Amino acid sequence: MAEKKLMKGNEALAEAALRAGCKCFFGYPITPQTEISAYLSKRMPKVGGTFLQAESEVAAINMVYGCAGSGIRCMTSSSSPGISLKTEGISYIAGSDLPCVIINVQRGGPGLGGIQPSQADYWQVTHALGHGDFHALVFAPASVQEMVDTVTKAFDMADEFRMPAVILADGLLGQMMEPVAFDDAEIKMSDASNKPWAASGHKNARKHNIINSLYLQPDQLEDKVTARFKRYEKIKAERSEAVSDYCEDADIVVVAYGSTARLAKSAVESARKEGLKVGIIRPVTLWPFPVKQIQAAAENAKKLLVVEMSMGQMVDDVKLAINCSKPVEFYGRTGGVIPKPAEILAKIREMGGKD
Amino acid sequence: MSIPKFIVITGHYGSGKTNVSVNIALDLAKKGENVTVVDLDIVNPYFRTADFEQLFKNNNVELFKPVYANSNLDIPALDFDLMSLRDTKGKVVIDVGGDDEGAKALGRFQKVLSGNSTVLYVVNKYRYLTSAPEEALTLMREIEYASGLKCTGIINNSNLGDETDAKCVENSLRYADTLSKLSGLPIAATCCKEEYADRVPMPFTVKVFVKKPWEE
Repeated sequence: MAEKKLMKGNEALAEAALRAGCKCFFGYPITPQTEISAYLSKRMPKVGGTFLQAESEVAAINMVYGCAGSGIRCMTSSSSPGISLKTEGISYIAGSDLPCVIINVQRGGPGLGGIQPSQADYWQVTHALGHGDFHALVFAPASVQEMVDTVTKAFDMADEFRMPAVILADGLLGQMMEPVAFDDAEIKMSDASNKPWAASGHKNARKHNIINSLYLQPDQLEDKVTARFKRYEKIKAERSEAVSDYCEDADIVVVAYGSTARLAKSAVESARKEGLKVGIIRPVTLWPFPVKQIQAAAENAKKLLVVEMSMGQMVDDVKLAINCSKPVEFYGRTGGVIPKPAEILAKIREMGGKD
Repeated sequence: MSIPKFIVITGHYGSGKTNVSVNIALDLAKKGENVTVVDLDIVNPYFRTADFEQLFKNNNVELFKPVYANSNLDIPALDFDLMSLRDTKGKVVIDVGGDDEGAKALGRFQKVLSGNSTVLYVVNKYRYLTSAPEEALTLMREIEYASGLKCTGIINNSNLGDETDAKCVENSLRYADTLSKLSGLPIAATCCKEEYADRVPMPFTVKVFVKKPWEE
């Protein structure tokens, strides 16, 4: 490991992408993720990659579509309203079985909303990131170092399963600074080797590859989608991730992801000091959702508490994970307001019979 | 050494300008100075001097901030003029946005500031793009060009956030020294914690005010 550096979350995401072999970045600026673009505009030319500021979010995602089809690792990033614009292109990418990485540094919504942190795009990213039957891999890191590690994982899994991967961050994670370490390996840009499906030039040596999401016959399309959903089942069974703390003897289990998990963990640790039996589980993948891990963490609990920077978009997934076997309560702030650990602690006390 | 009216704090994004500015302001206020802090950051959406309104109030420090700071609007508008501060009593600490982009905001105040200010360049060896003295010098020149002002001193604020220790600061001394020689500017201060203040040149003991919401 090289000497640690102090980096903003957004810068770390950008540097990590380079080190994962991301050769092309297509972006369009929007607060609070603009540092990703700014950073890559400086770094990409130095390492032999391409940085391109597109004329719009729609253009950027369609450039990703084309680039991914050629088998090159590529990425785009935006924040909430910009991701909404990209959803058509994301659906085409999923429908063409192409790998890519998309970063969403969430801000308040709906509409233009605001520039302060938020987690109100959970429904969109896990349930409806575009039209049609499809999923994207969704990762929710909670620290700058974890964001770095997640970028490589996202590229690898996107390639492995030929599907888009989303890193769902928020303004707080994007803007805050923490020490990070990168491994010393030399930056090696990706190419189309190991991607026999890529439209990378056949030189008359093989049959040409076609990248497409249009199928003329309905049963052909149905077969395609069914095969894709078989892959999804495998991913759901094997690749969900979560981290739990203090859950073994917990009466109350808190469920929170991303930066909110750090706020909630601070509240859980204060509650433990007061003698309240509280634990926390943090979903690391939001799709696949860590169903088994939540079931295990909640096994001895009496109640669950979901904490989010939204109106409670993950609550139903938690209820489904435990088959509605226990009460699931919610505490959250929205519109760009960050819940304070003291507020979460007050909710825990209320649920634990203390005020 | 007498301190000029305006103390301008510039540097790379994330070099710690805001934390340095807050510490300088509180330090001057403690010594009995009238102090005004100006949040001149037109780049950064979060983690800025305007976050410390209450702390400043408690310490009799006046705060000037852009009208849309910490709002949901992303508009880099400055609705005040530093000219009005020229004849006030006491010192004015100006926390400028990062890099040359941030320093552009200083350009329009050049007339008020030149000859009446000290311009301190904050560096952090552990930040990307300025971790070599030569890179830090290049950025300093860009800031000078954008602002129309000349830097007058270096503040070595090398840190790794909450992982900062004595070794981390000691390992940055040669870096700061080289930058000082390359630029011909003196090291005005080395930021450090009280425990190891005796091990660094020109120590300036700082507290960490810029914190994450779960650290408060």
